[in-house]
Amino acid sequence: MSVEVRIPTILRQYTGGEKAVAGSGATLVELIDDLESRHPGLRDRLVDEKGLRRFVNVYLNDEDVRFLGGLETSLSDGDNVTVLPAVAGGAPGATARA
Amino acid sequence: MLQIDQEIVDAIVAHARRDHPDEACGVVAGPAGSDRPQRFIPMLNAARSPTFYEFDSQDLLRLYRELDDRDEEPVVIYHSHTATEAYPSRTDISLAMEPGAHYVLVSTREPDTTDLRSYRIVDGAVTEEEVRVLPTLQAVDTSTEREAPQR
Repeated sequence: MSVEVRIPTILRQYTGGEKAVAGSGATLVELIDDLESRHPGLRDRLVDEKGLRRFVNVYLNDEDVRFLGGLETSLSDGDNVTVLPAVAGGAPGATARA
Repeated sequence: MLQIDQEIVDAIVAHARRDHPDEACGVVAGPAGSDRPQRFIPMLNAARSPTFYEFDSQDLLRLYRELDDRDEEPVVIYHSHTATEAYPSRTDISLAMEPGAHYVLVSTREPDTTDLRSYRIVDGAVTEEEVRVLPTLQAVDTSTEREAPQR
């Protein structure tokens, strides 16, 4: 059971510069644990104590996992997972909506 | 230093004016590694807010897939501040995730003048850089050459 994970430029410091890495897991949270075992530091950039970080987007194939099952989203062999940091910001004093 | 065509600067400013008082946002793509912003891509501000911008999540995926397919990268990431100066806010700095990009800010708080400035934002450190606007070259019309009928 293998899933391809596309890594954005900013996180390639954890993958030795690789744009895509292979991982496995029945759910997204298991996949992230598996990636962390080979690419230490990556998990912390994707999740915090509340779950998936607000300004990190994770897609299963073409779908944002927030509209699927979040960290509990089920994965199948051959799936593609894409990680993209949000492109966002705000004026002084603005607070991001969670 | 950011070198950018006048035509693209005009397009960024027009987008910022059009969406005022909400923040406008977008990218200018260029060939990977070229540092040349060439393809203007206005994006929808999914937050539709005067104090916040965020690319829609599906648009973001589509954008990055397209850049990848065309071997391009986001050379410029721009957004507007509609009531404050063209300087990155704390939120802008903490959310800046493209260390290779020029972050262009436009202020539309003055109705008659638009301030446009450019920054590098790397690991929370902001460095303003010079913006050199290049006069837009007239496209060379080669159509007559290609389509000239055989004599």
